[in-house]
Amino acid sequence: MKLERNKRVKKLAIWTWTWVATVAIATFGPEFIWDHHPFLTPFAIIVNFANGILMILANRNLFNHFDELEKKIHLESLGITLGLAVIFGMSYSLLDTTNLIQQDAQISILVMFIGLTYLTSVFINSRRYR
Amino acid sequence: MKNKIRELRTARNMTQEDLAEIIGVSRQTINAIEKKKFDPSLPTAFKLSKLFKLPIDQIFFFEE
Repeated sequence: MKLERNKRVKKLAIWTWTWVATVAIATFGPEFIWDHHPFLTPFAIIVNFANGILMILANRNLFNHFDELEKKIHLESLGITLGLAVIFGMSYSLLDTTNLIQQDAQISILVMFIGLTYLTSVFINSRRYR
Repeated sequence: MKNKIRELRTARNMTQEDLAEIIGVSRQTINAIEKKKFDPSLPTAFKLSKLFKLPIDQIFFFEE
């Protein structure tokens, strides 16, 4: 069971890191690597998108290997994360549209917020069942 | 829900890790069930019943 789990975690880690790498390539490539080549930029975005899909599938694969308590912990965490992401996203957007913040709202801030909220929720929920 | 998992497990000299491996769940799940923080699913309850050779209602006790 542990061996199979490690295999799935490793797979997810690989797809996550390659996804992060393809985000970086698609972001900085046009300016620093291929000088806004008309074919390479959309190609990099398509590769990043496909990599993201494979990352989601690897995550689902790992989730299906969780036992009932782990599934409960992660589902509760996902619920909290989804709710907070909607509330935070709307408030953040309102801050931008009402010009209460200087800079434009960045999607990366929301992505970071989602990641940190999910990690915190999983940590807190796991402690609850210890 | 109350249960006798800890008593039944220790009577058989099993660790939580051993029981988790046999039932096919994590050690944390066995610990949470023993501490009454988590009620197991029906399939897990049946696996425990089969392992301890006791009917489910002699392992788990419903309390309102």
